[in-house]
Amino acid sequence: MTGKTLFEKIWETHIVDSPLQEAARRDALTESGELGDDNVAGERQDLLYIDLHLIHEVTSPQAFEGLRRAGRPLRRPDLTLATVDHNVPTIGRDQPNPDPLSAKQIDVMQQNAEKFGVTLFDIFDARQGIVHIIGPEQGFTQPGMTIVCGDSHTSTHGAFGAIAFGIGTSEVEHVLATQTLRQTRPKTMSVEVTGELGPGVTAKDVILAIINEIGVSGGRGHVIEYRGQVIRNFSMEERMTVCNMSIEAGARAGLIAPDEKTFEYIRGRPHAPSEDNWERSLERWRQLATDDDALFDRETSMDGSQIKPFVTWGTNPAQSVTVDGHIPYPQDVAVAEREATERALAYMDLAPGTPIREIPIDRVFIGSCTNGRIEDIRAAAAVVKGKHVARGVNAMVVPGSGLVKRQAEEEGLADIFIAAGFEWRDAGCSMCLGMNPDILAPGERSASTSNRNFEGRQGPGGRTHLVSPEMAAAAAVAGHFVDVREVIT
Amino acid sequence: MRQFSAVSGRAVPIDRENVDTDQIIPARHLKRIERDGYGPFAFEAWRRDPEFALNDNTYEGASIMLTRSNFGSGSSREHAVWALDGLGIEALVGVSFADIFKNNCFQNGMLTVELSGEDIDHLMDLARKDPQTEIVVDLPTQTVEVVGTGWKRSFEIDPFRKYRLLRGLDDISMTLEYVSDIEAYEHRRDNASFPSTAPSQQTNVRWRPTA
Repeated sequence: MTGKTLFEKIWETHIVDSPLQEAARRDALTESGELGDDNVAGERQDLLYIDLHLIHEVTSPQAFEGLRRAGRPLRRPDLTLATVDHNVPTIGRDQPNPDPLSAKQIDVMQQNAEKFGVTLFDIFDARQGIVHIIGPEQGFTQPGMTIVCGDSHTSTHGAFGAIAFGIGTSEVEHVLATQTLRQTRPKTMSVEVTGELGPGVTAKDVILAIINEIGVSGGRGHVIEYRGQVIRNFSMEERMTVCNMSIEAGARAGLIAPDEKTFEYIRGRPHAPSEDNWERSLERWRQLATDDDALFDRETSMDGSQIKPFVTWGTNPAQSVTVDGHIPYPQDVAVAEREATERALAYMDLAPGTPIREIPIDRVFIGSCTNGRIEDIRAAAAVVKGKHVARGVNAMVVPGSGLVKRQAEEEGLADIFIAAGFEWRDAGCSMCLGMNPDILAPGERSASTSNRNFEGRQGPGGRTHLVSPEMAAAAAVAGHFVDVREVIT
Repeated sequence: MRQFSAVSGRAVPIDRENVDTDQIIPARHLKRIERDGYGPFAFEAWRRDPEFALNDNTYEGASIMLTRSNFGSGSSREHAVWALDGLGIEALVGVSFADIFKNNCFQNGMLTVELSGEDIDHLMDLARKDPQTEIVVDLPTQTVEVVGTGWKRSFEIDPFRKYRLLRGLDDISMTLEYVSDIEAYEHRRDNASFPSTAPSQQTNVRWRPTA
């Protein structure tokens, strides 16, 4: 008998209704003629139990409204955690929010949390922050769990060996009401990164390299398991950066088998298993690995030692090149991608052949659920220390949570950034998605540690280049992209 | 869920790959707490491009949108579906759709139909040459047909999804029929020391920003 993948093990232990029941239901429908003459095999949908439901102000109000209208209670407030992150100001929180729509949305989150008994980390809670940063930080995110949130970057939590994926607001309502979701079982895909990374090459570069390789829809319908020496060598925070951008490859989720690093990271956090339960949890978590004889639906492998720092040049995260490269010539790309390339270059106002290192930047954004954790901030600070932001460049650091911010201040990192001319902000999603006032002006060009370089993502007409925190910091100092490997050695 | 059986109407071609949900509805319009009212902001940036199909008023009133591959990629925002609904779109016919977006469409009774690249080429050509071209998307027979030309293609859909769409079944009500299974599952799992979000005894978590 073939073994099982990590994904299959977790998925199967979360199926609430037996697959037989679902089959019986279909059979009954077929016999009664209600399903017609169709092949009942179809895609299989399982009713999955959800262990942790993270909610935030932007994708939950309509779901709560749905509950209210139907008179339904929230089934498990004790498995639901709320914060405000997408739409909160990162400056001037002692002042009334000048945007009435934004203020109202934040208020409504507060009201819904109170009414339905959900724990909320509000803007004056030091634990407030980006939903995918605070879950792991508080110890809510643990191996073997199912975790959902009305946000596509929920894939971040897969770094702990959990099945974690983004859902829409109707599904948020479904989870609030039932603590379950009916989902089509995704296929499995293994992405192995072998060898060792060179100096100055980060987890961000690894995931950008993977997306460059498999494309923005390369993972569609699949859950990716990241494997190999490079992944094993990564810290938990680096693993989160990789899993975070799984959605940028179109994948349903990304995950990494838990190991001793995972357990050490969780141990002692506020919501980690108590000492009494620790050994029992470890025993359960240690079963969570793909069996040697398990088969994936797809497999791909890359050599980590060949990966260099990446910079995106286009308007999707697969349109990228290594820092020693240049802007592509449309005639050099595949015919099917030529038009998209030309369009992206026009939007980005870039000429083919331009060396990446000659592209000047106006803004630098260090933060987001991809790169807003303490290790990211330390890495950027190490590049910036004793230097200054280039003339004409506006640079800001937005820590991923209030606790990350506090820790960075205690470690003296905030002082390094402030002395270098960076703005030091309060926690939130900020310029990653441009919902709050932290946006690019039309035509402005950013070096950003976030996850999406879509047209207008950071503000209408804004131009985004995705990079690692080290690359963003080096660009802030130079005023244009530089190869961080030359700066740090 | 809204019931869907068939739509007959004109089709607007969105001839771009990997259209992300930030294009369909930009983040700055996600501050509202309602489910409707997003239509006026749909494709806001591209509406400034005179070449963009939605700016061609011969497509006004189109109820079908023709799309390429990986349509609806990126952000999970269901507002993207609500925005398309606000434009009067009832069905999307394309090469492929991003996973979360496809689920969101289903939840709103908006049908997503996947056809081959060649078939989409053909439909887009027709819609461009004659925006009055009438297309019928029929769920019971699982077909897409160009009226008056004999051109007809079948599409795949999971029978159970089809069943739910045809009847406009409420997913939550359906799931609540399994409440005894959910309770039984909870009984097993709640002994396994999964984390609770009930407030912990942490101190020093309140702060006031300095002015």
